[in-house]
Amino acid sequence: MKTIAEKVVKPLGIPRLIIISFLAILYVSAFFLKLPVAGLVNSHLVRMGMNGVLVLAMVPGILSGIGPNFGIPIGIVCGIIGGLMSIELDLYGANAFMVAVLISIPLAAVGGYFYGVLLNKVKGSEMMVATYAGFSVVSLMCIGWLILPFTSNEMKWPIGTGLRTTISLGKRFDKILNDSLAFNIGSITIPTMLFVFFFAMCFLVWLYLNSKAGIAMKAVGENPKFAIASGINVDKYRIISTVVSTVLGAIGIIVYAQSYGFFQLYTAPLMMAFGAVAAILIGGASSTYATIFHVILGSFLFQGLLVVALPVANVLVPEGNLSEVMRVVVQYGIILYALTKAGGGK
Amino acid sequence: MNNKFSRIIFDNIVTIIFVILCLAGIVASKLPLFFIASQLLTRIGRNSFLVLSLIIPVLAGMGLNFGIVVGAMAGQMSIILVTNYALKGVEACTGVTGFLIAVVISTPIAIFFGWVTGLILNKTKGQEMITSMMLGFFANGLYQLLFLFLVGTLIPMENPVLMISGGVGIKNVVDMNHSIRYAVDTIYKRPFSELLIIMGVMGILLSLWIMKKSKGSKVYKEKVGNKPFVYIGVSALFIALSVYFKSTGSLFANIKVPISTYAVIVGLCVFNVLIIKTKLGQDFRTVGQSRHIAGIAGINVDKVRIISIIISTVLAAWGQLIFLQNLGILNTYGSHEQAGMFAVAALLVGGASVSRATIGQAILGVTLFHTLFIVSPQAGKNLFGNAQIGEYFRTFVAYGVIGVSLGLHAWKNLVISKRKSI
Repeated sequence: MKTIAEKVVKPLGIPRLIIISFLAILYVSAFFLKLPVAGLVNSHLVRMGMNGVLVLAMVPGILSGIGPNFGIPIGIVCGIIGGLMSIELDLYGANAFMVAVLISIPLAAVGGYFYGVLLNKVKGSEMMVATYAGFSVVSLMCIGWLILPFTSNEMKWPIGTGLRTTISLGKRFDKILNDSLAFNIGSITIPTMLFVFFFAMCFLVWLYLNSKAGIAMKAVGENPKFAIASGINVDKYRIISTVVSTVLGAIGIIVYAQSYGFFQLYTAPLMMAFGAVAAILIGGASSTYATIFHVILGSFLFQGLLVVALPVANVLVPEGNLSEVMRVVVQYGIILYALTKAGGGK
Repeated sequence: MNNKFSRIIFDNIVTIIFVILCLAGIVASKLPLFFIASQLLTRIGRNSFLVLSLIIPVLAGMGLNFGIVVGAMAGQMSIILVTNYALKGVEACTGVTGFLIAVVISTPIAIFFGWVTGLILNKTKGQEMITSMMLGFFANGLYQLLFLFLVGTLIPMENPVLMISGGVGIKNVVDMNHSIRYAVDTIYKRPFSELLIIMGVMGILLSLWIMKKSKGSKVYKEKVGNKPFVYIGVSALFIALSVYFKSTGSLFANIKVPISTYAVIVGLCVFNVLIIKTKLGQDFRTVGQSRHIAGIAGINVDKVRIISIIISTVLAAWGQLIFLQNLGILNTYGSHEQAGMFAVAALLVGGASVSRATIGQAILGVTLFHTLFIVSPQAGKNLFGNAQIGEYFRTFVAYGVIGVSLGLHAWKNLVISKRKSI
């Protein structure tokens, strides 16, 4: 009996078990509060898929020793540019989505390269510099959104200058992944393509991690000195992992936007990194070790908490937005917990 | 010589860029100097205390304490309490006494918060800054939980002015009009020209004192160098300016300056100088230089670090009180959020780094940072026809300055450690 308990508890860890049981309690109470559980499951699945790629973007950074990529807004901004370009080109449907992804990839690769060079110069304080690099890029792009020469009327303010704060994807590629090949099991809708896309991305990253480059990257993360001794160019692999992470961030925001139905500009991407970091940490990753499983479990649990907590909290406490407050507490609490676990106590 | 010159530029690159930005902004904004100066004098009085509260943790090697957000929350809690009682007609909770009561209430709260922060930061040595930042975000969640949901339900409170109409939670904006608005500022307000004379006289007295001291000790004299003469020159300039303003009847002479607030700030500067001279201050410095050596020398490193964070948090609580009494309005869920970031950015602009920060850098930084804040919307409007651009530009600069300074510092450390290993 004890061994079974150990088998379950050890790989999951206490924080995971607490969150899993909390999520279970939320679902059960949602059932007893006569909330539409099927609808909750639907949006839970959608939210998991739409955030998944952003969470996946954390894996290369963590494994190459850079730590959680707090600078993911750099990739997000590139992804938004790609999306806006596809609207500017007046594309619709799957084409629009693919073009958005294809445009954003080279942009994010270039951005990620310079960002990787920067991170190589600041070894030891990556997290702090990355956070502020992300913040700076987002606020710089606020100026960019005002002055970039986009001409599409869908994106510009009808009067004044600059782009709208939220740009609707309405007829363009709104829910293009969510809806295609979607099927129902009972009253639960499975967003097939969204999951296919997410798992395909996971699979690609898994392939990369098990390729020669990926293994070298993991060696760099585990022990930089040993990696140098084996003839691995540490700086090069750190840059590669940053580029991969930034590109995933760019793709991630496009997947997010097609499901959300809008691109959010200006200060919206500012705090997005923390949600993704919290998700992978909730999935069981630490600031030095992460797997694809952590990504999937983490986005499932974290998004589940957010989706189910909202209606339940609204029934229990009608005033205010309790679930938003709970999100802040859980999100930063888990990051704080991971930081205290990683730091030395010397 | 050339080498030395380029090194000075490299070491102060952030400040130099900022001076250039400020000058360009002043020119581009076409704002009258009078307006800029009067705004600046208010903002320096408002913000310096918060920025100065960052210095001691830097001394103790803990980097920039983004966790002063937690201290600011302690300050805001006491403001809400004091305003609550002031609105209920308790006379003592208004004006200066109200402010003192707020100080008394906020201190134990801030000490507790500082102690918890210190305990957490001791678990993450080497990553204090990101941890204190995350701690600030986390504490913000708990703060919202307290004031949006617990007040009025678990914590009994009834006040129709302060609370949301359902009786649970504090309103978004707390007007301090009836409690402690301008409590410190209005104690003693004098025209700008008189402040200049006071500063001039103080500067001359300070330099005379230094000169007298350096007569006795040769080492001290060498350390000070020609500083007293510089001080005397600057002080004379202040007095001359003041006489000039008075005689020409310039508008500058009549800007009212809250001398009392400035006196509090000077008091904190003196405190910061004096504490370095105590045993505790020396412990801070030793721990800051090397935790390992400090530990061997018998200093309780963890305890010293906790004390430094407690001091910083308490000062931040008081700093937030000063900040808000000048604004007159408490944005319940927003005022504290930016406190940490702006204070850190201001300090870095003054030329401070993660491992070194002085009072002069803090004051210079506040001045430069706020100059840019005053001029940038108007400059953006004049240059690009859009005030929004200027506003985004200043946020970009705030984030960028922190990023660049942290990056430069980490890079320098990496270069040094590489040289050592070779």
